[in-house]
Amino acid sequence: MAFDLFLLEVVISGLMTGVMYSLVALGFVLIFKASGVFNFAQGVLALFAALALYDFLAEDGWFFAVFGFTLPVWLAIPATALIMIFLAWVIERAVLRFLVKQEEIILFMATIGLAFVLEGLGDLLFGSDVKPLDIGIPQGASDLLLDNFNLYVEKLEIVAAATAAVLVTALAIFFQKTRVGRALRAVADDHQAALSVGISLNKIWVIVWSVSGIVALVAGIMWGSKSGVQFSLSLIALKALPVLILGGFTSVPGAIVGGLIIGVGEKLAEVYVGPLVGGAIENWFAYVLALGFLLFRPQGLFGERIIERV
Amino acid sequence: MSAVIQSEREALLSVNNIEVIYDHVILVLRGVSLEVMKGGVVALLGANGAGKSTTLKAISNLLGAERGDVTKGSITFQGEDVQSLSPNELVRRGVIQVMEGRHCFEHLTVEENLLTGAYTRTDGRSRVAEDLDLVYQYFPRLKERRTSQAGYTSGGEQQMIAVGRALMARPAVILLDEPSMGLAPQLVEEIFEIVKRLNEDEGVTFLLAEQNTMMALRYSNYGYILENGRVVMDGEASALAENEDVKEFYLGVSGDDRRSFRNVKAYRRRKRWLS
Ligand SMILES: Nc1ncnc2c1ncn2[C@@H]1O[C@H](COP(=O)(O)OP(=O)(O)OP(=O)(O)O)[C@@H](O)[C@H]1O
Ligand SMILES: [Mg+2]
Repeated sequence: MAFDLFLLEVVISGLMTGVMYSLVALGFVLIFKASGVFNFAQGVLALFAALALYDFLAEDGWFFAVFGFTLPVWLAIPATALIMIFLAWVIERAVLRFLVKQEEIILFMATIGLAFVLEGLGDLLFGSDVKPLDIGIPQGASDLLLDNFNLYVEKLEIVAAATAAVLVTALAIFFQKTRVGRALRAVADDHQAALSVGISLNKIWVIVWSVSGIVALVAGIMWGSKSGVQFSLSLIALKALPVLILGGFTSVPGAIVGGLIIGVGEKLAEVYVGPLVGGAIENWFAYVLALGFLLFRPQGLFGERIIERV
Repeated sequence: MSAVIQSEREALLSVNNIEVIYDHVILVLRGVSLEVMKGGVVALLGANGAGKSTTLKAISNLLGAERGDVTKGSITFQGEDVQSLSPNELVRRGVIQVMEGRHCFEHLTVEENLLTGAYTRTDGRSRVAEDLDLVYQYFPRLKERRTSQAGYTSGGEQQMIAVGRALMARPAVILLDEPSMGLAPQLVEEIFEIVKRLNEDEGVTFLLAEQNTMMALRYSNYGYILENGRVVMDGEASALAENEDVKEFYLGVSGDDRRSFRNVKAYRRRKRWLS
């Protein structure tokens, strides 16, 4: 029995890491679907969001230095969201607009540049030390699960999973039920046709980058609460790549499921296979899994069905 | 120039001597002029590569997305110069294009496709819902298939979606590019009948590019024939349909979009001789 409980704990902790991967991958998918741009800067967006949020909350931040007070959490989060929207607008104005007619590889390289600019800016503005982010998410194990099922699960992880679920539901409703959501899907399907019915691509890009920025903010909050806001956060972007290969670059459910599979898979591999090969599987397991997928199912688990009529 | 505009003050849409260049080097339109009267159905005819689609895209300003530029001439709609307007603003003002090849949003349902046509509208949900009903009256088949993914509908249905989607914008003029492409003759007729009804009952003006010359002339009141990026002939649709040159060029092949090279050459020769 104890063994099974341990397995369950490993799976749950894997799921929680997976939620993080899913969130970052989700940001990628949104931008990729709407504009065909592979946004290398997605991980840095999460870092930037977390840094900005920290700045509103902490007494050693710019906000405090300028205004002499800090913001309460319930104000700081929407304020950071506004910053992410503003950032999206700037990115569209300063970068995307001038590169739209270029090859995709050029846009991709532009996002690499963007990643370094944002990272540099973050360093310059906020410093590169690890910052504890506390937005009041309870710490420690959930007593309920521990007492009743003898199961050790972090409260933070439960909050993260619930938040991710709410976020994904909200996004699904936004995409399926609203006029702008419909326009976003239209652009993803056929941007020329979208243009022909009067949908403004520039506006749509600002919207998707804003939505991705807000998804990044949620990822940044969760990751920052868990291990502090630090620059290694931008590295989870690299883990998002195998997630995307697994889930398919254009699939929102794929990003979620892919993230969870990789999160759980690497934890299980670490625990059960790790000792046999000397550990550290967690670092490369995802890439090996992705490689397998590239060989046998390159469109990913949920890669958008290509409609072919005969 | 201004004298020309004066005499054309009745025109809803007028294209004055435009030149279009793709990729900064490929000259495709070499001075095209045409006008579309309010309430008219005007046909823009010509063989493959004549420049029909390019002309329509110059008007709707979809050229930008294809690295095309209008380098000379002007385009006016309701007397206003509209060359610098984005497609978004043009749709708001009532100019919308139905692109060649239909371009439905494959993963959206039929109804969602239609609703995207109303994207630029600001007159409220209930007006949009009324127009959706209207579109379903014209295309009952779309109503039956409203929840199907557009990618899985037939070619004819997709053409109906594309036209219905444009109607949802409440346009003054629809630039309709090759509605007959790849459709069975009976369906082509059905589509043209609907164009006629929309023109007569809803007051929608049409500029339609077609290779199916005889069919297009049957349903329009004026026509332009385009060749190599120039207008080589224009006139009342009935006169064009009776014109010997046009007949020789297009007769017997009107239902088919493949034309023999010999015919084209004979037509060109005759053209040169005529002009
Ligand atoms: N994006 C583009 N870049 C470069 N050249 C182009 C482009 N689009 C069209 N052309 C060229 O412009 C010419 C006119 O093309 P256009 O599509 O306007 O012709 P069309 O009359 O619509 O022909 P079709 O009946 O085949 O649709 C062709 O020679 C074509 O090769
Ligand atoms: Mg064409």
